[in-house]
Amino acid sequence: MRVDPSKLLFAETHEWVAVESVGGNRVATIGISPFAVEQLTDLVYIELPKVGAKATAGKEFGEVESVKAVSALYSPVDGEIVAVNDALADSLEVLGTDAYGQGWMIKVKLSDEAALSKLMDLAAYEKQCGESH
Amino acid sequence: MNEPNASSPPRRTSLYSRHVAAGARLVDFAGWEMPIQYRGIVAEHETCRGRVALFDVSHMGRLDLEGTGVAQWLDGLVTRRVTDAKVGRIRYSLVCREDGGVLDDILAYRLPPEGSDAWSLVVNASNREKLLAWFGRHPAPNVRIVDRTFDTAMIAVQGPRALAVAATWLGWDPSTLAYYTGRIVDHPVGRITVGRTGYTGEDGVELIVPAGVAEGVWDRLMEIGAPDGIAPAGLGARDTLRLEAGMPLYGHELTEERNAACAGLEFAIQGADRNFIGRDSIVAAKERGELPVRVGLRLADRRPVREGAEVRRGDATIGVVTSGTFSPTLQAPIAMAYVQADAAAVGSELSVDIRGSLHAARVVELPFYRRSV
Repeated sequence: MRVDPSKLLFAETHEWVAVESVGGNRVATIGISPFAVEQLTDLVYIELPKVGAKATAGKEFGEVESVKAVSALYSPVDGEIVAVNDALADSLEVLGTDAYGQGWMIKVKLSDEAALSKLMDLAAYEKQCGESH
Repeated sequence: MNEPNASSPPRRTSLYSRHVAAGARLVDFAGWEMPIQYRGIVAEHETCRGRVALFDVSHMGRLDLEGTGVAQWLDGLVTRRVTDAKVGRIRYSLVCREDGGVLDDILAYRLPPEGSDAWSLVVNASNREKLLAWFGRHPAPNVRIVDRTFDTAMIAVQGPRALAVAATWLGWDPSTLAYYTGRIVDHPVGRITVGRTGYTGEDGVELIVPAGVAEGVWDRLMEIGAPDGIAPAGLGARDTLRLEAGMPLYGHELTEERNAACAGLEFAIQGADRNFIGRDSIVAAKERGELPVRVGLRLADRRPVREGAEVRRGDATIGVVTSGTFSPTLQAPIAMAYVQADAAAVGSELSVDIRGSLHAARVVELPFYRRSV
């Protein structure tokens, strides 16, 4: 799947969120932005949660490690994790080539949509990246 | 004083403009604004292992020792004998406190001409001021210390093609220098020091040049090395390279809190028939025995272990990781750790605690990587 980034929401901590309706539920697909991947560089390891675990907005759902350092992955939403991209562990390079597509990390069935209102659109996110550069 | 403090910006080396032009990511390192990486740590690491890389190491302290009785004075401050060093020799050594804690690890160059008593030290950037203060507390009447850090620059040329690149720039072949020897020569850019040293596990040289010509030297080396695929490498790659090469890093494997006797640097500690500050504590620590041992660890899965992680055997904590990374050459996480002596044998099956989860780690021989000669 390839996502149009202009249709995504972004967290200050560089996660992206795509929300869709699936069988009466609202499901968020979450990954990290190409900007974050570029900043991290040389990714070597990812730790993702198990299906069934709870995701809480602002709390860690996993971590990603580069040669140099470990970085937490923060959930931008509240809900239950219903899918995990386990293939990523052995193909971290797709984060560099397709962060918005094959680089997805988890899908969360939303229990509450309040957290979505705290997220940015692409333009606001790009502005933040420009300022932190 | 012109030392930076919390409120003053970090220093810039004379190669700063080259780092910016190359798109480096700059970080504050020991009060210096230094390139952590340009293209990426792994790419730069591989350039050094396979071709030739340039490192700006101008942040390191460069101290000239002049006067009379220099060798005698220095010999009383370092763990390794220097009084017998011939002109051109470069000796790796430790500077210790009375209690054997390590103040710094240094290179001491015996400078020409024959019969002179002049030395030059290269010290860690983070320890330069501390060492100057330490030397000041142990003065010798006729020894002067001249801090050359700011009027010189230092460039490391490292990798299998390093000597060829350096030879073109020098106009002579630095492979004529034995390992850990150096020469002071007059080059068209000025008086320079060439040492066959490095901190990467590759062959190469380290060049000390006048600060004012550093940019031109850098540009010329980049130009000469272009057909060989030369590229600048930052502190990130320098760390993965030295770790693969099993070399200790001050602040990690070497600290004031840990007795030098633990460091696994027997070649650099000569206390049998000479005296130096810290000697008695180091000898006593060795005699007491049961010292922790510096070892290499290799992990089974891909998750890197970092400094500070506990090392376990069964349920017992028997050591601590001092440096850890993902080895680009071995494609596996590697680390250095201090572990208790009975767990230090090569092949020991241990584990490391990575933020609450235990991962298998085996003691392996250091270095992790040795270049083929």
